[in-house]
Amino acid sequence: MVVLFYIFAALAVIAAISVVAQRTPVYSALSLIVLLCSLAVVYLLLGAEFIAVIQVIVYAGAIMVLFVFVIMLLNAGREVPSHRSRFAHWLGAPLVAAFLVEILFAVWQQFPAGSARPAASLDAGPAAIGHLLFRNYVLPFEVTSILVLVAILGAVVLAKKEL
Amino acid sequence: MVPLAHVLALSVTLFVIGAAGFVFRKNIITVFMCIELMLNAVNLAFIGFSRYLGNLDGQLFVFFVIVVAAAEATVGLAIIIALYRNRNTLNIEDLDSMKL
Amino acid sequence: MAIFSDTGLLLLITLTKIAVVIVVLFTTIAYLTWLERKVVAHIQARWGPYRVGPHGLLQPVADGIKFFLKEDIVPLEADKVIYWLAPFLGFTLALLSIAVIPFGESFTIYGHTISFQITDLNVGLLFVFAVTSLGVYSVTLAGWSSNSKYPLLGGLRSSAQMISYELSLGLAVVGVLMIAGTLSLRGIVNGQAGFWHVGGINTFLPHWNIFVQPVGFLVYFTAAIAETNRVPFDLPEGENELVGGFHTEYSSMKFAMFFMSEYANMITVSCLATILFFGGWHGPVFGPYALRVILPLFWFCAKLFCFLFFYIWMRGTLPRFRYDQLMAFGWKFLLPVGVLNILATSFVVAWISSS
Repeated sequence: MVVLFYIFAALAVIAAISVVAQRTPVYSALSLIVLLCSLAVVYLLLGAEFIAVIQVIVYAGAIMVLFVFVIMLLNAGREVPSHRSRFAHWLGAPLVAAFLVEILFAVWQQFPAGSARPAASLDAGPAAIGHLLFRNYVLPFEVTSILVLVAILGAVVLAKKEL
Repeated sequence: MVPLAHVLALSVTLFVIGAAGFVFRKNIITVFMCIELMLNAVNLAFIGFSRYLGNLDGQLFVFFVIVVAAAEATVGLAIIIALYRNRNTLNIEDLDSMKL
Repeated sequence: MAIFSDTGLLLLITLTKIAVVIVVLFTTIAYLTWLERKVVAHIQARWGPYRVGPHGLLQPVADGIKFFLKEDIVPLEADKVIYWLAPFLGFTLALLSIAVIPFGESFTIYGHTISFQITDLNVGLLFVFAVTSLGVYSVTLAGWSSNSKYPLLGGLRSSAQMISYELSLGLAVVGVLMIAGTLSLRGIVNGQAGFWHVGGINTFLPHWNIFVQPVGFLVYFTAAIAETNRVPFDLPEGENELVGGFHTEYSSMKFAMFFMSEYANMITVSCLATILFFGGWHGPVFGPYALRVILPLFWFCAKLFCFLFFYIWMRGTLPRFRYDQLMAFGWKFLLPVGVLNILATSFVVAWISSS
């Protein structure tokens, strides 16, 4: 069980690097889909079964379809490398690595491996989430529905040919 | 069981990769995808904490983050389409008409 | 069985189930093609496949050999990776959704209980929807990677149609969920055992969800036909409109994969309709133990066969929708009807549970 977490974590990191490193946007989008699905498996391993399936249905199955449609319709081809400052080009990777090491160190200080044991097993099924959603969080729920409506209207207006 | 530090380490790694992509890439759609990558890294941190504190609120927050990310992706892609129609470019280095 | 550990035995049983399901599924898909050609032919007052084997029963074998031996043509400018990925992705996803479908009751052998289901997730229904959502990519990527006008248009139209009707599919099922109270497919079927009792009198009507969710069933089945790109919603792959739609530039095995994944999707959706609305494997059960184990399986397959026959019957009978009519129907009619169904069901369920 635990080894599955490390396998899918490695897959997620490889997919993330692929998203950032690919020159063609379609390959980046496909790598992002692989990342979303491997994160969904990680959520499942961490006990969030409902959120895992929602992630696949909404994020990988709807939002990324939108991305892929836009990439195909705008015919986004291979990206040409930019010709800006050479110094900045060579400074990039080491700075990112330094940033990563620094944050990992901070996390490690705060949560040394083996110190945090999981709490009692959580019931994260749809019924439990539904209870919480419609009792404690009913106001954010209604507000997000209005947010989505506004987003739909905004997208229709912005993408129209003539107003 | 997976220690919390490992889950957070994965989340931090994905976030830094997303941030690096956000800064380095030139195609606006790829930049947008790196934003989604960062949001997913944060979602993973929420789920990890929800597991280790035994509290379901973290998962509920992830639910809201996913919904808001959907709304943001919709509007963002519509803006990109409008931008492409006017400037005919997807390279953020060419979108510099507000520079001095 | 003492030489195997618990996990080892579980793994062995699961692998056996997977092998059995795959073999049965492949055979069903192959003979579904035969059934389709025969039924459509008889509707059109002709014979259909007749010469290859008795009544054309070896026609699928002949078709399989043909597909293997055909020349594999790849367009010059096609994106190689995605061109190869799309049909295999579609086929894999179509097979994946069968993993949570329960085909019958569980039985006990040598002290071990084995159920006719590869795995029973407690979010089983959402898993099927997740796999269906990912299936849109196979069509979109196939259309785009062929680097040609007709496939691109067909692919985009088909995927837009699929994501539109996915919504109605999900909403239609919410009514059933409110009645069943669980997302596990086995749980939903178990809630449909027995008969309806009205005011204490046994009406001898089976306790199936179709009798309390007729509108839900109609919305579900219509959305399912649109999801699987079948007549009357098959404009994206209609021959007279778009040459071949998204699979124009595909040949031999990859083309066969698209067809197999379409039939596998049909089977999955029909299985779901049986489970959600028609009581799954419940039916008259009698006789010795072996018969008691096989009969639920038989009832499930009989109901499934009725749905598949209905699919094929519609193909031979109905004309196809125009694309704008199709999208208008999905968004302006089916979606509001689904939402109203949820409203009505929730009122009734709340009223019943409060009284």
